[in-house]
Amino acid sequence: MNKLFLIIQREYFSRVKKKSFLVMTILGPLLMAGVMIVPIWLAMRDQTDHQIFVLDHSGLFVDRIPNTKEIKFTYGTGTIESAKAKLKDGPFDLVMEIDIETINAQKATPLLYYVKQPGINVQQYITNTMENILFDFRLQGDSIDVTKIDKARRPVELITLKVKEDGVDEKTNTELNMGIGMFFGIVIYFMIFLYGSQVMRGVIEEKTNRIVEVIVSSVKPFQLMLGKIIGVALVGLTQFILWIVLTTFIYVGITSTVFKTQIQDTMTQNTQVEKVMKNDILAQSNKMQKVATPNEVINMFNFADGLNIPLLIGCFAFYFLFGYLLYAALFAAVGSAVDSEADTQQFIMPVTIPLILSFVIAQAIMSNPSSSMAQFFSIFPLTSPIVMMVRLPFGVPVWELALSMIMLVAGFLFFTWLAGKIYRTGILMYGKKTSWKELGKWLFYKG
Amino acid sequence: MNPILEVKNIHKNYANHIALKNVSLAIEPQKIFGLLGPNGAGKTSLIRIINQITGPDSGEVLFNGEHLSSKHVDYIGYLPEERGLYKKMSVGEQVMYLAQLKGLKKADAKAKLQQWFKKFEIENWWDKKIEELSKGMQQKIQFIVTVLHEPKLLILDEPFSGFDPINAQLIKNEILELREKGATIIFSTHNMGSVEELCDNIALINKAEKLLDGSVKDIRKQYKSNTYHISFKGNLMGFTNALWAGAELIDKKSDDDMHSVTVKLLRQNKPNDLLQAVLSTAEILSFQEIVPSMNDIFISVVENKTTLNTQSAYTE
Repeated sequence: MNKLFLIIQREYFSRVKKKSFLVMTILGPLLMAGVMIVPIWLAMRDQTDHQIFVLDHSGLFVDRIPNTKEIKFTYGTGTIESAKAKLKDGPFDLVMEIDIETINAQKATPLLYYVKQPGINVQQYITNTMENILFDFRLQGDSIDVTKIDKARRPVELITLKVKEDGVDEKTNTELNMGIGMFFGIVIYFMIFLYGSQVMRGVIEEKTNRIVEVIVSSVKPFQLMLGKIIGVALVGLTQFILWIVLTTFIYVGITSTVFKTQIQDTMTQNTQVEKVMKNDILAQSNKMQKVATPNEVINMFNFADGLNIPLLIGCFAFYFLFGYLLYAALFAAVGSAVDSEADTQQFIMPVTIPLILSFVIAQAIMSNPSSSMAQFFSIFPLTSPIVMMVRLPFGVPVWELALSMIMLVAGFLFFTWLAGKIYRTGILMYGKKTSWKELGKWLFYKG
Repeated sequence: MNPILEVKNIHKNYANHIALKNVSLAIEPQKIFGLLGPNGAGKTSLIRIINQITGPDSGEVLFNGEHLSSKHVDYIGYLPEERGLYKKMSVGEQVMYLAQLKGLKKADAKAKLQQWFKKFEIENWWDKKIEELSKGMQQKIQFIVTVLHEPKLLILDEPFSGFDPINAQLIKNEILELREKGATIIFSTHNMGSVEELCDNIALINKAEKLLDGSVKDIRKQYKSNTYHISFKGNLMGFTNALWAGAELIDKKSDDDMHSVTVKLLRQNKPNDLLQAVLSTAEILSFQEIVPSMNDIFISVVENKTTLNTQSAYTE
């Protein structure tokens, strides 16, 4: 026991003291914060102001397309050549020509001239507004009262409720569930890969340095393997905690200072764009405005609503830990069977296939989280760490969760035992290309 | 004296071959025991079983009369043939780690290490990384790590590979000193010269079986083939004729009237009979019994398995 502790200690400190650990720990949050901040920054950068000169031959749209903060419409007459000349001389960067036939055409085809291409948002804004104007115009032409249609159209929002045993039905949010499930799944997937391969590299390093025989004359090979797996797990944990802390600091730091005012602007801007986009969907059949009320927006972020946060976090910790432990043992076995990292290909495939498979399955499961396929793969130990985390936000019966956990622990014990057998023989095999057949035989060697 | 280590009827099979077949050994305390055999004979398998790295399929190993168990690990020091250290780790951290794995307390380990480092005059290596040291320097560190916890039984697999002659001598002296202090040493090697120089007892293993064991002195005596080396001045023909039916000339070298021959006595004839027979024909300059070297014994035993335990083949 004392020796196991010594091994864990060495594995932990030799990694934590490395420069690469420091670099990754600092770089990680920068990358993660970057992933969160860059889109905001890009969105803000994209908001270049546009001055559009509209040459409307039909006359229908003159002064009817509302200006936005970034897009200003100026209406005029003349030839298209003279209008296009304005692109060079300024102040206009876009020129739109609307055909006289637009009013009666089956499909309106206004032309937008540019020197520097405008963003998709600008184009969508123009299309949507023009469609709305045309829609109103045509209804009026048929003497139909637009306000009546507006009144007749009622939006439908399906509210999903989970029936619980205590009689209090729970409001659920499918999109949020999907997002949270997928997030946890992705984190577990990457962590298993990242730290699992660290275990593998550690084993190969000991083998190529030829120190392994010296060590196994003092401790049991299984102890060495376990010590390495636990040591790396602690490194992962340390790194994970540092990442969360640092990311939060960086994110909060940057957003609360540099971007504070701009983010608020962006948010109002986004609601405007959203408004227009929603219009677009409804306008296909009718003109109907449906904007999310502030309450609903808040609900989106109200995690307590329909989600059991302590359960989620608890399960995440459990599936992360045991998922890692199970796979780390397999990675260790792979490392022991080869002489260099270049040789791992052959054996690493079968280890990574269930991991990748769980990811593919996860996508399918999201559309049907209670299917029998979902049940099977969330209980099968090689796929359960990821699949169960994806399923969990949708609600999973207690017995299934319990069975899945028991199976994972059992799977961990079984695969660690199996890996231990391969490891024990593999670490002492030098300069020999190992085949699958041989690996199978190692399982039956007497300790 | 009771043997410190007894190996009894060990069998070990691997998937495709037999590594050890009914091997038994008894190793006396405070002796240097040579474990000899060609590559792939099963030496390393046996050593790994003694170190509890692997287990035998059948048979048992006794350490000081007790059944070998994990508590004995701390009494054994092992220098494997395939050896190395963590390249990226500093010398100091590394030796401390390995010493503690052998059950030494931190303070003890540190004190002992400082003694050794002083003895080998390498105190300034403590903070260096292993990869900064030359191969010979690494071997010194490795040797220190092996003997630091003062093992009762020291197992050295090809200890001199990687050492230059000066360091090899240094290690040889250390080994002898450790024996004086009470350690028992199992010494596996191909280098027969060092076997004659160091070993008290040997066992020879070939193709998973023990072919021979005993003290080096006895074995060499046992393998004497009753041959003598004679150099003389005079007529070779006359000399040869004088070797009556009791002896046979098996090799000769001549330089003018100086001759040097190898003669084998037949039947129960004594060297004095031979001398008497040839004394009148030549001027004898030297007369010497040929005692086979361990190298010769090794080769003849390994190559000619059938003649193993019977001396008769050598005496006709």
